[in-house]
Amino acid sequence: MPQPRRLVEGNEAVAEGAIAAGARFFAGYPITPSTEIAEVLSRRLPQVGGHFVQMEDEIASIGAVIGASLAGAKALTATSGPGFSLMQESIGYASMAQVPCVIVDVMRGGPSTGLPTEPSQGDVMQARWGTHGEHSIIALVPSSVAECFSLTVEAFNLSEAYRTPVILLSDATIGHMREAVALPTRDELRVAERGEPDVEPDDYDDVMSTVDNIMPRPALGSRYAVHVTGLVYDRSRGGVPSTGTPSVAEGLGLYLREKIYHHRDAIARVEELEMEDAEVAIFAYGSVARSARAAMKWARRQGVKVGLVRPITLWPFPMAAVDHMAEQVRTIIVPEMNLKQMSWEVQAAVGGRAKVVDHGRIDGKLIRPEEIQNLIRREFYYHHFEETA
Amino acid sequence: MSALVDEELLEHAPHDTSLPRVAPHRTGEITQHLRTPKTLWCPGCSNGIVTRALIDAVLALELDPDRTCVIAGIGCAGRITAYLNWSTVHTAHGRALALATGAKSADPGLNVIVVMGDGDCVAIGGNHLIHAARRNIDVTAIVFNNSIYGMTGGQMSPTTFEGDLSTTSVYGNVEQAFDICELARAAGATYVARGTSYNYLRLAQLIAGGIAHKGFSFVEAMVACPTYYGRQNGVADPAEMLKVQKARAVPVDEFDHDGPRLRDRYPVGVLHHAERREYTAAYADVVRRAQAESRG
Ligand SMILES: Cc1ncc(C[n+]2csc(CCOP(=O)(O)OP(=O)(O)O)c2C)c(N)n1
Ligand code: SF4
Ligand SMILES: [Mg+2]
Repeated sequence: MPQPRRLVEGNEAVAEGAIAAGARFFAGYPITPSTEIAEVLSRRLPQVGGHFVQMEDEIASIGAVIGASLAGAKALTATSGPGFSLMQESIGYASMAQVPCVIVDVMRGGPSTGLPTEPSQGDVMQARWGTHGEHSIIALVPSSVAECFSLTVEAFNLSEAYRTPVILLSDATIGHMREAVALPTRDELRVAERGEPDVEPDDYDDVMSTVDNIMPRPALGSRYAVHVTGLVYDRSRGGVPSTGTPSVAEGLGLYLREKIYHHRDAIARVEELEMEDAEVAIFAYGSVARSARAAMKWARRQGVKVGLVRPITLWPFPMAAVDHMAEQVRTIIVPEMNLKQMSWEVQAAVGGRAKVVDHGRIDGKLIRPEEIQNLIRREFYYHHFEETA
Repeated sequence: MSALVDEELLEHAPHDTSLPRVAPHRTGEITQHLRTPKTLWCPGCSNGIVTRALIDAVLALELDPDRTCVIAGIGCAGRITAYLNWSTVHTAHGRALALATGAKSADPGLNVIVVMGDGDCVAIGGNHLIHAARRNIDVTAIVFNNSIYGMTGGQMSPTTFEGDLSTTSVYGNVEQAFDICELARAAGATYVARGTSYNYLRLAQLIAGGIAHKGFSFVEAMVACPTYYGRQNGVADPAEMLKVQKARAVPVDEFDHDGPRLRDRYPVGVLHHAERREYTAAYADVVRRAQAESRG
């Protein structure tokens, strides 16, 4: 039985999604527009036997999340731009040391203190490359309250399956929006449990975890004497640091990349609307996808063939879907609340097969459907539009 | 690791009866708790002495090794994680106490021991020290204080004494050194102790006392870094450096608190001991109340 429909705020849906996904630890530091996630979880976590802690800063928060995850708990933190910047070193640590955890970044205008209460999509590249060094990452972008819930659950499932940090990129609009939703109950969801490796402690070594069979990391305080480090480590020797052998460093780096990239098609989800016969596609994510959808519907009413490709997974980049889109349409419109961050990525993937039209905004205002409609008009300059934009 | 420990002498060393009794183990028993007999530590470095003292303390308290984990930062001291064969976490520089807070909160039954260098603990990680102490979370933090950044090759640290030379204080350090025990006490630690690598048995006992204490325990181990501190500051012979520790260390009940401190003399022993509600126990109460309310 689903719960009754009620008005839920995006940030609250993230918090409830975390509880439903089995998260039992949250550490964070208050920051607009993410704070409600901490507030809700400070009430909800102890009710389910979990633990909430407000740390001294965001560096401490992500540190505590990693510690809790290593001790066996599903753990998350939530923040916004300035805090997300502070967390970067340890996000790299979680990636290197293969620690499952979820980082929610409710994006606001930046850089620096920027526009604390206004939405932005300025952190999409930081989510990908914010920490130093070669690494892979998974990032999901909700575009509705229902998705704040479902993608939080998905974020935990992916982080467990691939033993990696997963970033949920919400924004000030999505986080503070209220929609009537019936949140699913626990038994309606697929929730990945961590478990233990199916190898006895004496026989266990991290190298048994392959790209196709990623084993759970044993918890601190379990029968396994685990060693965790952010140094390059030898997966076949108890994970002890090994910084003097180039082949070990390369092998680890490639493994960390491949364990995600090899599964890219399974991880990278997109929603495609009206794409069957589209001549022009809009590639839009998060809150901007809502305006893009309205613009697409307007265009269809006007009789022009416009479709929408909405990445739900931003990283790894949904290459297959973009490839398919590039083969089909002549123009791809990429509206986003930053200056071309994903548009560059789309352009690189499209490789000249279609025209890529970017449209950016960094004034803290949402991109309105009319702005996208104007771009569509230009692509169909020969068409007579009845309605004005 | 055993070179500086005379096992015969140790067996007859006087115990401090106010602290848990630690019967020093033979090298063969100690090395069973190591992944490797080889370390990166320089000959004459005190880090091995403190590592051994930690193993002796854990054995004396009969902690379950499966339920004991050591979380450390980055630096020469942090390398301990690659040597001990319990569950160990080598975190980012300065972050050991943040990870420990998460691990202990998620699994309050875990014995969590944190090892940090002085830079790790009071420079980059200083904020976490203050707040872990304030929370009084049941973690034992051990600082290997060599008054220098060892790992990066001898730069000044917040515990480098005024006037000391380092590769980044070539004209003599003009900054005042932290008394990190005072800092931990002021921030709310409920067990604060200082020992030296010179006095092995007392150090092991002080560590054991910290682990046995319920609450945030802070143990400062004065250690010698002959390679970078010693060579730049006149005394590079490891044995001489230990003798300097002996000369400066004054048992806390004989210590004149109005006299000069730190460089010339410092109190050793249990400097502060108080009972205060421990953090994870207090939070367990929150869980009970929240669950009662949500059911009711
Ligand atoms: C964020 C960050 N900054 C700087 C460093 C470089 N670094 C490694 S160890 C260290 C200092 C070590 O000194 P200390 O903590 O006293 O430990 P010791 O080596 O003396 O035991 C520094 C600055 C780093 N690893 N990470
Ligand atoms: S540099 Fe100093 S602290 Fe580091 S191992 Fe050598 S002697 Fe020990
Ligand atoms: Mg040091």
